[in-house]
Amino acid sequence: MSVLLQTNLGIAVLTLLESLAIIVPLLLGVAYLTWFERKVMGAIQLRKGPNVVGPFGLWQPFADAIKMLFKETIFPAGADKVLFTIAPMITFGLAVVAWAVIPVNDHWAVANINVGILYLFAISSLGVYGIIIAGWASNSKYAFLGALRSTAQMVSYEVSMGFVIVTVLICVGSLNLNDIVLAQRHIWFAIPLLPLFVIFFISGLAETNRAPFDLAEGETEIVAGFFVEYSAMTFALFFLGEYANMILISAMTTTLFLGGWLSPIPFAPFTLIPGVFWFLLKILVCLFVFVWVRATLPRFRYDQIMSLGWKVFLPISLVWLVLTAGFLEIFGMLPHA
Amino acid sequence: MIQNLLFDLFSFILLGSAAMVVTSRNPVHAVLFLILAFINAAALFLLAGAEFLAMVLVIVYVGAVAVLFLFAVMMLDVNFAVLREGFQRYAPIGALVALILFVELALFVTGSAIAPGAAAARLFPTPDNITNSQALGSLIYTNYLVLFQLSGIILLVAMIGAIVLTHRDRKRAKRQNLDIQHARLPSETLTMVSAKLGAGAAMPQPEKETL
Repeated sequence: MSVLLQTNLGIAVLTLLESLAIIVPLLLGVAYLTWFERKVMGAIQLRKGPNVVGPFGLWQPFADAIKMLFKETIFPAGADKVLFTIAPMITFGLAVVAWAVIPVNDHWAVANINVGILYLFAISSLGVYGIIIAGWASNSKYAFLGALRSTAQMVSYEVSMGFVIVTVLICVGSLNLNDIVLAQRHIWFAIPLLPLFVIFFISGLAETNRAPFDLAEGETEIVAGFFVEYSAMTFALFFLGEYANMILISAMTTTLFLGGWLSPIPFAPFTLIPGVFWFLLKILVCLFVFVWVRATLPRFRYDQIMSLGWKVFLPISLVWLVLTAGFLEIFGMLPHA
Repeated sequence: MIQNLLFDLFSFILLGSAAMVVTSRNPVHAVLFLILAFINAAALFLLAGAEFLAMVLVIVYVGAVAVLFLFAVMMLDVNFAVLREGFQRYAPIGALVALILFVELALFVTGSAIAPGAAAARLFPTPDNITNSQALGSLIYTNYLVLFQLSGIILLVAMIGAIVLTHRDRKRAKRQNLDIQHARLPSETLTMVSAKLGAGAAMPQPEKETL
């Protein structure tokens, strides 16, 4: 068996199975995240949420998916058909591709690469293309405005996100996600690096275009922003891409700051529980905060988003990076890998 | 075997999209093909074992520079047909530049093939036991620290230059100043005016427009 796995074919089949083992739960998670969001927001706003299709409305995601499948995809006049079709695929594809490096348990990642965190950062910075291509290819003013807003916003928040990641890397001494999690055995980075944890999470909200930073959609001003012209499955792909990105940012937050798969209570009965459980639990907590924020806060004004990104987050993360590096150097705590 | 196939695949797409950059009629398509070329170049870096460079190429060029480039091209509405008008006039100069570049590349490529010992005589051979981001870091921050910092300063100067060229101090622009807004008190901004029946209230005129 192990000899069979060493051949090229064996490796290919194994990788395929591993990818399926992460994509299938991810897609189910995305489907049920829409249900979770509607239920939680319903509870916050004193409504019931979906409760008609199946027990507790549990079949609602599938009902929605079937409805989307049977609708017609409409191409607006003058739209660039090829790009118009590719844009939602890019958005959704990138959200899935990033999962290749996320460790769900000790050494449980499809690809345990040396530059894991850079890979994640690169993929998340590519996410802007789905939106900008959609906005341009739709041949619509609203879509284009939404795309421009979203581009400026994502490029701005990536800068402070990058500095936060660099600070974490200084504390770890490795770009490997597995090492980053193992470095948090004694203390989660969320505690010593608390301000950065907050900045990272808020930048994550901005990166995924979620409320209160959902100006790219801005239904009160620009109807639905970059996906005004999308219908049926192309719309569904954008919708699912947004939710998959939420899960991805939650997983990144978990890995970088909340100790990944490590048990929060470091003694016997809790450490025996498989790491996957803790990993999912932490992701779920992050996702709950995502939904909570959306149900609570009103949308930011555009210039306020920009000044928050450039004038508040960037200086804080930059100063904190220098302070952390200085602290580690003075007390001789720099990791030497 | 797989590595060779992947190399062929990526370099084929790279060359194809590079050709599309210069031939496609729509400027936005041209930029998108340029981005595809960048991504394939990153894939080639990965195959060569330079994973750090590959990721930085994607983050910096594809994720930031090309986005702004695409942004500008979409906004400007460049008409390539008008740009092509001078093609006949500039063709000889273009051909000359291409020829020089080709000769230089040919010399370089054949030269490195002729000298098989070139890889061994490299100033800093690729180490085996550490990752290449560590290797790169320990070179940049020690032997080449001054050059590294200088390149940073050059970029900073370029950035300041761009800001100086484009910045206009618009005195009349309405700008929000949060500190001033937070420091305002009701006593400074509110006045109680008693309105007479049938005559209405005459508001005292503000001395000057404050924002």
